[in-house]
Amino acid sequence: MNFTLLSPSGFWDPVLWLIFLILFGIIGYIIYSRGNPSYKPNTEQVKPYLSGNVEPSKEKIMVRAGDIYWGFITALDEYYVALKRMHTGDLRDYILWYLGIGAIILFILVGGV
Amino acid sequence: MMEHLPALMIAIPLFGAFTTPLLKKRQNIAAIWALIITVITFGLSLLLLQEVLSKGIIVYVFGANKPTLVLPSGYRVPVRIIFEIDAMGAFMALSATLMSFIGALYSYSHVEMETGLEKYYALLLLLEVGIIGMVLTGDLFNLFVFLEVAGIAGSALVGFRNYRGEASEAGIKYLMVSSVASLMVLFSIGLLYGQYGNLNMAYLSRQIHLDTVDMIALGLLFVSFAMKCGAVPMHYWVPDAYTEVPAGINPTLLVATYASLYALFRVSFSLFGAITWNMARVGWIMSILGVLTMFIGVTMALVQKDVKRLMSYHAISQTGYMLLGVGVGLTVLNDPAKLSAFGRAAMAGGIFHIINHIIYKSLLLMTAGALFYVTGTRNLNEMGGLARKMPYTTIAFIVGAAAISGLPPFNGFASKFLIYETSYQLNPLLAVFAMVTSVLTLASFVKVFASAFLGPPLEKYEEVREVPKPMVTAMIILAILCILFGLFPNVVLNKLIYPAVDALIKLAQYQSWGGLV
Repeated sequence: MNFTLLSPSGFWDPVLWLIFLILFGIIGYIIYSRGNPSYKPNTEQVKPYLSGNVEPSKEKIMVRAGDIYWGFITALDEYYVALKRMHTGDLRDYILWYLGIGAIILFILVGGV
Repeated sequence: MMEHLPALMIAIPLFGAFTTPLLKKRQNIAAIWALIITVITFGLSLLLLQEVLSKGIIVYVFGANKPTLVLPSGYRVPVRIIFEIDAMGAFMALSATLMSFIGALYSYSHVEMETGLEKYYALLLLLEVGIIGMVLTGDLFNLFVFLEVAGIAGSALVGFRNYRGEASEAGIKYLMVSSVASLMVLFSIGLLYGQYGNLNMAYLSRQIHLDTVDMIALGLLFVSFAMKCGAVPMHYWVPDAYTEVPAGINPTLLVATYASLYALFRVSFSLFGAITWNMARVGWIMSILGVLTMFIGVTMALVQKDVKRLMSYHAISQTGYMLLGVGVGLTVLNDPAKLSAFGRAAMAGGIFHIINHIIYKSLLLMTAGALFYVTGTRNLNEMGGLARKMPYTTIAFIVGAAAISGLPPFNGFASKFLIYETSYQLNPLLAVFAMVTSVLTLASFVKVFASAFLGPPLEKYEEVREVPKPMVTAMIILAILCILFGLFPNVVLNKLIYPAVDALIKLAQYQSWGGLV
């Protein structure tokens, strides 16, 4: 059975890719296993160094979903303002968009644009 | 029995839907009954697919032996409900039955604490009936009837948790949107019936000559099915419905959405496929809608904090890939050189993406359902450190997230690979948008993974444990399918996808009821 996916101008062989993945995984594991073995879980060693200050609770210091990609979203603020304005949650707007797009498509088809 | 397979595909889940309410006092028996019915229907759909692949188009006529029989004698055209099942229809039916089974299995534990489960399972089976009918029928009015069955059952399921105001609101919105779209579909069918005096799609396809009335019918059918499949900017109902529907229904509701996409393809390729000059224009409209859908969907997903709403926007985004792939094929449908050079592969990419997306998006929505099941919230800001508590759900999420982001060797990569390459050949800008969308998809799922599964364990989730076995089993089955479809894409393409693509392209076969006339 041929597992190679042929596309119009190329190919993709997932089995070959998997063989390489396993090979590189083994190489990675060998490098990892030669690392410093002095790490000891569940000891003082794993606590963060905060210049002697008390470690805040986990809930307070975790990075929340709303903070991730803050810079990206702020940079595209105007785009998101426009998008959020479109998403009103009002059923009447849903139907208006449908009617509007329907009119455009009919104009293209019937009007021969 | 084999000759009546198409009728049984409808009759068995319909029988299940009508008998399930009788089990009101034994709700766990109702769940098992629904599970048995979905397994049987899945088995039948496998048999149906095998029949279609080995023998070609199946034509099943209700009330006669052959579709050409004319009664009353001397009447100009045959008047009967006809199921015409080609590889595309059989492929969709297989997707519907598989996902109904997975949904019923997941629901067994996911909604066991709810009340009114006999109605829940009856509606699940009715939704399955609606989808199967839509994809098997060769009759336009019959298509409308099954569209209504699926729409009504789907909206009732969206509002199933009626003690939540948001669920009731989402259910009513879905019902209204479905009703408006269905009404316009009915109006278009009326126009075509007025023109040609028949409702059979193969027959109509031979008659249509595309005057102004036909164009209006085409435009209305196109825009109505585009809204029902969640194309931007008519997608607003999707996040409402997908977020509020119980996670066990998400797989079947996804297939219901893609049954409308199927109808859009059927209208474009089969009903109006014989028209040459306008279809390239329709193909371009489909491709541009696809690009808009994928980009706006993914950028909206990126800012969501509700895990199911985020995934719902991704469902919209992924629909864009399907529209793009098939739109590229439709654009070059009447150019034999381009069709064989990249059009057929583009359509294969789009249709392959339907099944891939159904699998991994169902998986992801189920992992979101699992998170809700154990934490009682969908807000990502309130989650964290759940990977240690829910190892199977975490693995399932990683597989689903990698698949939707198009990472090799998972199934999403194979279909996106075909879409990137072929859309580039039509217009490089289309491929650029498709690739940027994939990068943003990955970024979005990294956010979900980091905020829900990684990080230090939170005290409030100290007692959290992995979800029950039926839910884990349903997720693992889908995760395995993501890997298998990704590792052996050629097998799926050759056995399932290319026959479906050819069924759409080879119009003469469809028009002649598989060679009967």
